[in-house]
Amino acid sequence: MSATKAGAPAAPSVGAEPSLGSRLSQWVSGGLVRVFLIVIGLFWLVPTIGLLLASLRTPRDMAADGWWTVFTEPSQLTFGAYETLLKNDDITGSLLNTVCITVPATVLVVVIGSLAGYAFAWMEFPGRDWWFLAVVGLLVVPVQVALIPIAELFGSLGIFGSLTGVVLFHVGFGLPFAVFLLRNFFAEIPRELLEAARLDGAGELRLFVRVVMPLAGPAIAALGIFQFLWVWNDMLVALIFTDSGSQPITVALQTQVRQFGNNIDVLAPGAFISMVIPLVVFFAFQRQFVSGVMAGAVK
Amino acid sequence: MASDPAVGAPKAAPTAPKSRRSVTGTRRTVAALFLLPALVLLGALVVYPIGYSVVRSFYDQSGDGFAGIDNYRALFTDEGIRTALKNNIIWVVFAPTVATALGLVFAVLTERVRWGTAFKLVVFMPMAISMLAAGIIFRLVYDQDPDKGVANAVWVGVHDTFAESSAFPKAHPGRESPLEPAGGGAFITTGTVSAGDTVTLPLVGVAPDLMPDGAKPAAAAKPEDDRITGTTWQDFTRGEGVGALNRVDASELGYPGMRIEAVRDGKVVETATAGADGTFSLSSKADGARLRLPASNFAAPYNGLDWLGPSLVTPAIIGSYIWMWAGFAMVLIAAGLAGMPRELLEAARVDGANEWQVFRRITVPLLAPVLAVVTVTLMINVLKVFDLVFIIAPGSSQDDANVLALELYRQGFSADQPGIASAIAVFLLLLVIPVMWFNVRRLRREVRR
Repeated sequence: MSATKAGAPAAPSVGAEPSLGSRLSQWVSGGLVRVFLIVIGLFWLVPTIGLLLASLRTPRDMAADGWWTVFTEPSQLTFGAYETLLKNDDITGSLLNTVCITVPATVLVVVIGSLAGYAFAWMEFPGRDWWFLAVVGLLVVPVQVALIPIAELFGSLGIFGSLTGVVLFHVGFGLPFAVFLLRNFFAEIPRELLEAARLDGAGELRLFVRVVMPLAGPAIAALGIFQFLWVWNDMLVALIFTDSGSQPITVALQTQVRQFGNNIDVLAPGAFISMVIPLVVFFAFQRQFVSGVMAGAVK
Repeated sequence: MASDPAVGAPKAAPTAPKSRRSVTGTRRTVAALFLLPALVLLGALVVYPIGYSVVRSFYDQSGDGFAGIDNYRALFTDEGIRTALKNNIIWVVFAPTVATALGLVFAVLTERVRWGTAFKLVVFMPMAISMLAAGIIFRLVYDQDPDKGVANAVWVGVHDTFAESSAFPKAHPGRESPLEPAGGGAFITTGTVSAGDTVTLPLVGVAPDLMPDGAKPAAAAKPEDDRITGTTWQDFTRGEGVGALNRVDASELGYPGMRIEAVRDGKVVETATAGADGTFSLSSKADGARLRLPASNFAAPYNGLDWLGPSLVTPAIIGSYIWMWAGFAMVLIAAGLAGMPRELLEAARVDGANEWQVFRRITVPLLAPVLAVVTVTLMINVLKVFDLVFIIAPGSSQDDANVLALELYRQGFSADQPGIASAIAVFLLLLVIPVMWFNVRRLRREVRR
């Protein structure tokens, strides 16, 4: 590809064009860029491929040599570790917990965040903008600040260790970003549109449900995906607020890490299973994911 | 997309009032109902904990006695917390800058290849997975054994390409050997050699699986008039012990690549390297010298770096963080790059600026605001790094890899020191307050329009 680009039009073209020497150096540097990017790309891919192949080998093979051995001995590949893992009730139970934490935490943040975002964008009440700025200020509060106080609070409410507790925590810390994102999106809705709906006799709630929410699709998608992955991938919050019955997959796997070498047959396939949903979401909704991450990385 | 709408110019017609006054003339009770769930949750789960932590940080372990600033003093005096603080500084200085720099380089370079999108996808992918999964991935990468960990496999490969590796660890003279220790791990012949001699240099003790792949059955050297010839080999026949002592037996392997030095009066006068069958040949310069097998033949093989040992563990974990977050920097910078006035770059090129000058003098200055936002965002993120350290650092070096967020977890949830943990939390909060202030100020201008 590069050869034709640089070589073909060299002969008769405009005299003032770059000399042969500079073209040659351009061609060389173009090649260097490609080689560099390929090497970097491999650098980024190899660790994940390593985990995948490691998860497809027996513990005995893993103890003997590296995952790259499968390139010379493909017969080593086996789904054995996955089969064992999916029969392990702790792991399947924790996967289910992950879903039971992530789905409500995402839906609640979207719903509650939309209500508040709409109020900040289109309703009138004293100090509206100051309240909104206060919520924006909370965007960067580290979750670490809340761990000890909320642990005590949940303890006295009797929801420490329950799914409810973790979900609530994630909703609380997901809200500043949700309100921020949605309020900014709602504020851009043309006033005429809302007024027209109003003239048709829509009340505030109807306006919100029938006019505003359907327009907010892209923002809600970005927010929903961001929040979903954030909660799905969380380990720290769940590590503190769940017990052995409510722990998600990240926490279940974390307990195995201390004896890394011995537990590789659980850790490698377990990590991969926990990655499947995020990767599917990532590849299916790249655009929304990117915009969510770009707006939400402040967390 | 998400944050842009707020920044863009108002789209409403200039005659219309810019305010977003309620269309319906909402009653305040309705507004309150819309806001209530969010404000209650934020108040209980985010605002209240801030106040609680601030107060708690001034009380002692049990929470009954006022401790003044003792907990904060512990931040700077306690050995473990100081390590965490020091590591956090290393993290904040290096991780965001390296990730941003890489992101910039990737963003600029991907514009010049057709498969740039595919490349971006690969580099951005780790953003989607959990830090736990990334941690497990990198535990595997950083395995100390070069036969298992890909980092050391590559590193040892590179190292051995440039530095000669020793091939015969633990080889040593057997019984009645013509060799004796020469100090420092080398061996030397007891007597001198002269031209025309054939010499035998037998050793034992190399484990069969450590013998070089190219080793062939040892051969007895043929005498030559002006030269000193000889054989160096593993004088050990499996099943029969040494076989014929100090004699080359049929099934015994040579030591290919063994380096031999002829030493006379303490000086090396001639050198040779053994062939696949263990034979070697020295010129007459070695006449009257003693033959020495230098220690470099016998050193233990190079085993790579101890990535997760005390001294490298923090840089190693920062490496895994950069693997996760360089894609984030790249995507944000690429978005900034896409919005740059192309005419400016073209104009500079027409004026004869080379690519480096264009990059250095135009691209980077124009991107400066984006670069600043990315770096600051990553700094906030890095302050809170927990999962990667918790997962990747093995128990033995977790103290050396410690960071504030991990120390907070330990103090608060395993050492039962909620006072100190609260002080760490408040400290972390103080560090992000400038950013909080900046966010609010920037938005205030927009909100008020």
